[in-house]
Amino acid sequence: MTSTTEKPAGALKERRQMNGNTVLLLITIILFFVLYAAGCAVYAGKGFATVQTFLNILRSKAGLLCVTCGMTCVMLTGGIDISVGSLVAMDCMLLSYGMANWGLSAPVMCLMVLGIGVLFGLFQGYCVGYLNIQPFIVTMAGMFFARGMTAVISTDQLSITADINQTFYNWANYRIYLPFGGTLNRKGVMIMPYFGIGVVISLVVLVVIFLMLRYTKFGRSLYAVGGSEQSAAMMGLNVKKTKLKAYLLSSFLCSIGGICYCMNTMSASVSQATGLEMDAIASSVIGGTLLTGGVGNVIGSFFGVLINGTISTIVQTNGKLASSWPNILTAALLCFFIVLQSIFALIRERKK
Amino acid sequence: MEDGVVLTMRGISMTFPGVKALDNVDFTLRKGEIHALMGENGAGKSTLIKCLTGINDFEAGEIHVDGVEGPVKNHSTSDAQKVGVSTVYQEVNLCPNLSVAENLYIGREPLTPMHTIDRRAMNRKAKELTERLKINVDVTQNLENYSLAIQQMIAIARAVDMECKVLILDEPTSSLDDSEVEKLFGMMRDLKAQGVGIIFVTHFLEQVYAVCDRITVLRNGQLVGEYPIAELPRVKLVAAMMGKDFDDLAEIKPEGFEAHADAPVVIDAKGLSHKGTIKPFDLVLHKGEVIGLTGLLGSGRSELARTIYGADKAQTGTLKVKGEEVKISHPIGAIHLGMGLLPDDRKAEGIIGDLSVRENIILALQARQGMFKQMSRAKQEELADKYIDILQIKTASKETPVSQLSGGNQQKVILARWLATDPDFLILDEPTRGIDVGTKTEIQKLIIQLAGEGKSIMFISSEIEEMLRTCNRMAVLRDGAKVGELDGDLTQERVMAAIAGGADNG
Amino acid sequence: MDKLKKLTKMKLFLPVFCMFLVLCVNMIYDASTGKPFYSFFQVGITNGLLSGRLVNILNRGSEVAILAIGMTLVVSASAGTDISVGSVMALCAAVCCRLLAGAAAPKATELAVPLIVGVLAAIGMGCICGAFNGGLVAYLGIQPMVATLILWTAARAIGLLVCDNLIVYVRNDTFGMIGGFVGFFPTPIIIAAVCILVVSIVLKKSAMGMYVQSVGINKSASRIAGLNSKRMIFICYLLCGVCAAIAGVVAASRITSADSNNIGLNLELDAILAVAIGGNSLGGGKFNLAGSIIGAYTIQAITTTMYNMGVSSAVAPVFKAVVVIIIVAIQAPPVKAFFRKRSAKRASLKSGKEAAAA
Repeated sequence: MTSTTEKPAGALKERRQMNGNTVLLLITIILFFVLYAAGCAVYAGKGFATVQTFLNILRSKAGLLCVTCGMTCVMLTGGIDISVGSLVAMDCMLLSYGMANWGLSAPVMCLMVLGIGVLFGLFQGYCVGYLNIQPFIVTMAGMFFARGMTAVISTDQLSITADINQTFYNWANYRIYLPFGGTLNRKGVMIMPYFGIGVVISLVVLVVIFLMLRYTKFGRSLYAVGGSEQSAAMMGLNVKKTKLKAYLLSSFLCSIGGICYCMNTMSASVSQATGLEMDAIASSVIGGTLLTGGVGNVIGSFFGVLINGTISTIVQTNGKLASSWPNILTAALLCFFIVLQSIFALIRERKK
Repeated sequence: MEDGVVLTMRGISMTFPGVKALDNVDFTLRKGEIHALMGENGAGKSTLIKCLTGINDFEAGEIHVDGVEGPVKNHSTSDAQKVGVSTVYQEVNLCPNLSVAENLYIGREPLTPMHTIDRRAMNRKAKELTERLKINVDVTQNLENYSLAIQQMIAIARAVDMECKVLILDEPTSSLDDSEVEKLFGMMRDLKAQGVGIIFVTHFLEQVYAVCDRITVLRNGQLVGEYPIAELPRVKLVAAMMGKDFDDLAEIKPEGFEAHADAPVVIDAKGLSHKGTIKPFDLVLHKGEVIGLTGLLGSGRSELARTIYGADKAQTGTLKVKGEEVKISHPIGAIHLGMGLLPDDRKAEGIIGDLSVRENIILALQARQGMFKQMSRAKQEELADKYIDILQIKTASKETPVSQLSGGNQQKVILARWLATDPDFLILDEPTRGIDVGTKTEIQKLIIQLAGEGKSIMFISSEIEEMLRTCNRMAVLRDGAKVGELDGDLTQERVMAAIAGGADNG
Repeated sequence: MDKLKKLTKMKLFLPVFCMFLVLCVNMIYDASTGKPFYSFFQVGITNGLLSGRLVNILNRGSEVAILAIGMTLVVSASAGTDISVGSVMALCAAVCCRLLAGAAAPKATELAVPLIVGVLAAIGMGCICGAFNGGLVAYLGIQPMVATLILWTAARAIGLLVCDNLIVYVRNDTFGMIGGFVGFFPTPIIIAAVCILVVSIVLKKSAMGMYVQSVGINKSASRIAGLNSKRMIFICYLLCGVCAAIAGVVAASRITSADSNNIGLNLELDAILAVAIGGNSLGGGKFNLAGSIIGAYTIQAITTTMYNMGVSSAVAPVFKAVVVIIIVAIQAPPVKAFFRKRSAKRASLKSGKEAAAA
């Protein structure tokens, strides 16, 4: 014990730099650039190496990014939320069905979706925080409940067209152009790269959550609860309430993600967004969030989402690979990072 | 409330299922004093503390805190903090994944006008606080980067900074070395000068006399008395803590219970070690011998035993059992060689709570026979009945879940588990911790009896008196290394000197 | 009052009570729709095959019952659940059908290899999946649900890959028999019965049951007492994988094809639910296999009843999710403490009244 008591400041700093968690994040960022560069090199001819391709990744993964931010918050407390995929499906179905059949306006429907997200999260959070039920069981029940409710609303394949709701259609197709990085199309016209409202929403969510985690009491208590629940309670934090809020936040962000997702797909079906929870968890873990809680950051999660997007874009660009490849690759990556995390944890324990 | 008194507890009573943990206990803490709360394991010290901090619900009695109207009843540690009672525990209750500054201020962070955390102000305040208390840390670093000692000091700094009137230090020095303890004492004296009342729970007698003004002694959940430090010399303190059982224990070693230098060697360890817990050691144990491992908490006593048993895999050295060299990588290997280990943490490593007394007793024997050679039910019941009878285990039936038994009886069940395997070498790590006095004596007598039957026993205990009465020989450990052996005439003075690191290492 | 308490304390109370409830609902529903109230229990022979709603439940519930065996062990030993079983079923079914179909895939009528090879390959695949999960949980110490999450997505996707994204049909009578009928009797019932029998004999005749429970209750204490805790957990996951494989083959044979998108879909929930209804704590430790089995058939009864009442299969999860939450909430410590406190209060009130009366 005594040998480790005092250390020169230099040694400490070095140790911090070599911290396992930082290494994980570094691996992630490098992995993203390598993957993306590989994609550019191999599929340059298919237009991979354009700014638009990158923005398309952001556009298609805007929903996932929001969901992942929520997931990261939950995972920081040491919990997990696997209801998100189904909840997104339910949101999409509700939006599509509501606008088509009830004739409600887009803002009303969006508010309704957000409200349902809050209620959903409140219930899950109560079960986890106050009833002390395993998060996995609670959110798994939530997952099946939401999926089933989607079918209750409608089992049809719905799509949102301009006829159904002009406002929502306009939102979804609103294009914000970048002033640079354009490409010439076949006719020789310069096409500027663009992105949509979904991207803006998701990036705003990312920044807000980043600031929240760093600069608010709630954000720090998420870390504290994940670091040691008992200690957090001893230091006078309300652990139950913190957990409830985490699940509430997750479901709320998930609903925002659902709206973004819907803007991207403009359709709804019962089997929509299956496996999204997996993508969100994988993105978080790949981004350096520890499954045991207490360590992680949404910036890492952002790169996790980008890796996820890059993989699916590569598979799409290739065109010949089976559609199940992205799932398999994500699972493999998840497995790799989980194993890496547990090895780091084992090493840390050995050191003690 | 009298002048100068910050805390009074009157007539506190509390029962755990089957045990009266506290029986009408009074306690008074004055302003600016350091008050030692003393007692043996299981005397009720920590229960009393927990009643004060709101972790336990006491059944009867009243607590008054200076400056608070009416009786105080806390329901959580944060309630306790609100009335000015802060606690620092033996195991550090901080979050290792947050920075030092955050650990100091979480839950009460300085805020900017936007109601966000003012990290700069927080770091500045943390820096001031740690500098004032002479803790040398970089407050922006994560807590996990620092040693346990520093973490302990941060925990105290946090408690001190919360405007507390009563500071409870529960075994804070267990993981600190001498210079750190001195630093801590400096901190305590400063606080005392500021008028804080400090309750100091420790089992290091020297520390009590070094820093305390007053001592309250508990025994078996009852108040023995409150004494100014000058009126209670060390011997009297020990007598007060141990009570009359001190004499009871004297006469259990039979005549002719001597060292067996010529008996066959059972265990012969050379250079055995486990990285990070115990440095290479040599140890020889003869048939029919009781060897005691002594040393302060964390000196590597349990770890030495665990390394022999294979609970922690030995990384260097050789181990010979009855003359044959063996490699043990897993406890089952040790069991096949005729060993048994009664671990010190009964709850975490001893009992299988929801299984019945019968299943707990036969478990190790069944493990030795292998999964597919199940003992017949009749044989199982016969064994269970036999040991319930021999060890006088008090249980409703042999099918009662072992978690429903009292601590002492649980310990006997684990003992029965090992006796059922008829071991040649039995390691008993703190077998008497948290057990009532009667059972303690029974277990000590059993140890002597087993040794008489030709079994070799390794006995580990924090209570030197207990070891003096049962052991032939003692090995002394300090800072994760075996530093010597004592045999011949064992006396408390010799053992104490050896533990403290004097010249006399036998 | 005391007798009622004793009854509710009994080990099999929860599963039997749930089963009873479902039967009551069925009888009331039948009676209200004008059929005789006992029509639920009617067993007859139509077209030379055993039929009736009860037979149907036993038949259709086979997969869940087989899964429940493995899940019970996993829950007991590791205090976590294996959520990959549904996907592993799909993967094993895909491997089996792909092998049996051979070059004739995706539509085969003749078996390319002997049936036993296909079945063994499926079971082998189940072993690999189980070993993967078990390795992550037991040796790397990863939380069970997170570890099995990997195969939860990957297994189904690999299954699709094995079948080239197609539904591979094996329209062969021998293969069809596994999920069909032997003579007039439904084969899946026999297979499930054999699985249950084998496992219960092993549990009865060896100390495995005690080992698993001991490890589930206290891993480190079990290790000190000489059990190999890690290996025990590993074996449980392995067995769970094998159970999933058997269930997968039965499910594939039932539809004489490997439909990776649908085989075993949501079945992990049913299996976990079966364990929970069976009165087993999802926190690990003590287990009761009989309870889980009754639980499995209870769930099938619920499903069949719902279909009977015209609830679509897509909506069914809503009800199951509600049942799960209710059951785990009843088991939750704070809720238990609440009820205990209330009954204690009532008792003290009662004694107070008696004292006043005296």
